[in-house]
Amino acid sequence: MSSSTLEKAAPTLDPAPEDYRRRAGLTVDEVQTPRFLPALGRVLRGSAAILAFAALWEVAPRIGLVDAVFLPPLSTSLGALADLVSSGQLTEHLQASLTRALVGLSIALATAIPLGALIGRSASVARFLNPVLELFRNTAALALLPVFVLILGIGETSKIALVVYACFFPVLLSTITGVRTVDPLLLKSARSLGLRPLQLFTKVTLPAAVPTIFTGVRMAGAASILVLVAAEMVGARAGLGYLVTAAQQNFQIPAMYAGIITIALVGLAINAVLLLAERRLSRWRPTS
Amino acid sequence: MTAALDLEAVRKDFVVRDNGRSARFTAVQDLDLSVPDGQFLAVVGPSGCGKSTLLDLVAGLTTPTSGRILLHGEPVTGPATDRAVVFQQYALLPWRTARKNVELGLESVGVPRKQRARLADEHLDLVGLTGFADRYPHELSGGMKQRVAIARALAVDPRVLLMDEPFAALDAQTRESLQDELLRIWRATGKTVVFITHGIDEAVYLGQRVAVMSPRPGRISDLIDIDLDPVPGEDVRSDPAFGRLRHRVWSSLQQIEDRSETEVAHV
Repeated sequence: MSSSTLEKAAPTLDPAPEDYRRRAGLTVDEVQTPRFLPALGRVLRGSAAILAFAALWEVAPRIGLVDAVFLPPLSTSLGALADLVSSGQLTEHLQASLTRALVGLSIALATAIPLGALIGRSASVARFLNPVLELFRNTAALALLPVFVLILGIGETSKIALVVYACFFPVLLSTITGVRTVDPLLLKSARSLGLRPLQLFTKVTLPAAVPTIFTGVRMAGAASILVLVAAEMVGARAGLGYLVTAAQQNFQIPAMYAGIITIALVGLAINAVLLLAERRLSRWRPTS
Repeated sequence: MTAALDLEAVRKDFVVRDNGRSARFTAVQDLDLSVPDGQFLAVVGPSGCGKSTLLDLVAGLTTPTSGRILLHGEPVTGPATDRAVVFQQYALLPWRTARKNVELGLESVGVPRKQRARLADEHLDLVGLTGFADRYPHELSGGMKQRVAIARALAVDPRVLLMDEPFAALDAQTRESLQDELLRIWRATGKTVVFITHGIDEAVYLGQRVAVMSPRPGRISDLIDIDLDPVPGEDVRSDPAFGRLRHRVWSSLQQIEDRSETEVAHV
């Protein structure tokens, strides 16, 4: 057989499936996608619904479908947003809200994860506490706002406390579940290798619980912004919630929408950050 | 030869719930067994005969209700790295690479990081997984996962290697190649091996001695020496002597089955 037929024959062979090549120890060449145009297409497809929504928002007030006073066109609202940015007002409110949300979320994580891990170590304690924890988790945090204000006043403390409350229970419950549902065989095999209880906990139980814990953390991230904005609407002198209500009361309708858009973006950003952190912590999982 | 492992009149009772009432269930009773240093002992028996309980007891994962378990003359008081277990379901930590999985047992005894990595790579080489150290378990086939588990068990340099039906979840070809690999590793390391299986062929092929266990309560009902003299490059399984030994183990198991059937008939 001449070498030319070999060369011809080679390209007709099917490439081995990727996982087969991985298992066989061969390097898997990433399939190169043509760069620019398909990427642009993907972005367009992904944002088609958003663009349609934006167009509707822009056009509906202009053609008189809705009252332009109460719902100004998107461009007007974005203009107001730009004004808020350039005057430095937005930074101030954004900073106030983000600080409260992050401080509250951090306190909740720093307390709920260790406590959940502790409770999860004992089946009977977890069973005993579960009903009351479920009760707390399902009590709308905002219903407790008057209580927090009553006890802690209307300052920063009560708002941060409310965020802590809203974030604490989802994280606590998911940590308990995560720690309780670790594969017993993993614990048994680690025990057989001589790992002591504390090592078992840090090297097996906790890493195994991370994906479950993160479900609670993502819920907490969403909840933090939700309750915070509401709390700021009730009583605050700064913050995105305050910005929205104050703008509405002063009839600065475009600024009100600018505040709402910012709140939506902050929510998206928090979720994106948590997703990224989750992916970093669970890179070992098979990508499906 | 000194005994690596001695079980003297070992009994293990469990509390089981039966219609809401707790009842006592005896998993193993009057279990006597002595395994010489460096021997490959295969344990066969019908399911529910207490094979896994026997292994858990030797591993120190559970304590005997009565009787003694001695490892090189010292009583077993709990899990330690002088014994290592390979489980049927691999039990690898999915968030750790093959190398990091092998390092797990070394971490428990405080081996320094650099030495851990070196030992892990050496043992991955030993089980034929050179170049796979950075793979995660989900990137490995069943046979390769079990090789990692074997490397992990050997890395802590145990005096006794305990294996609980390690190849039962693998396909026939992978199983055969891992059996040969295990024999090669056993000859290279000289470890005492207690290998639990429900396969008669596997027991006769691997073991220097086969212990037959009978159930309810579990005890050793027969001990059969396997005096095969395998010639390299020849299929021992087709040797008439292999067939005779296989039949001997089979008959021993058959007696147990007949006995338990009459028991059932009497009840």
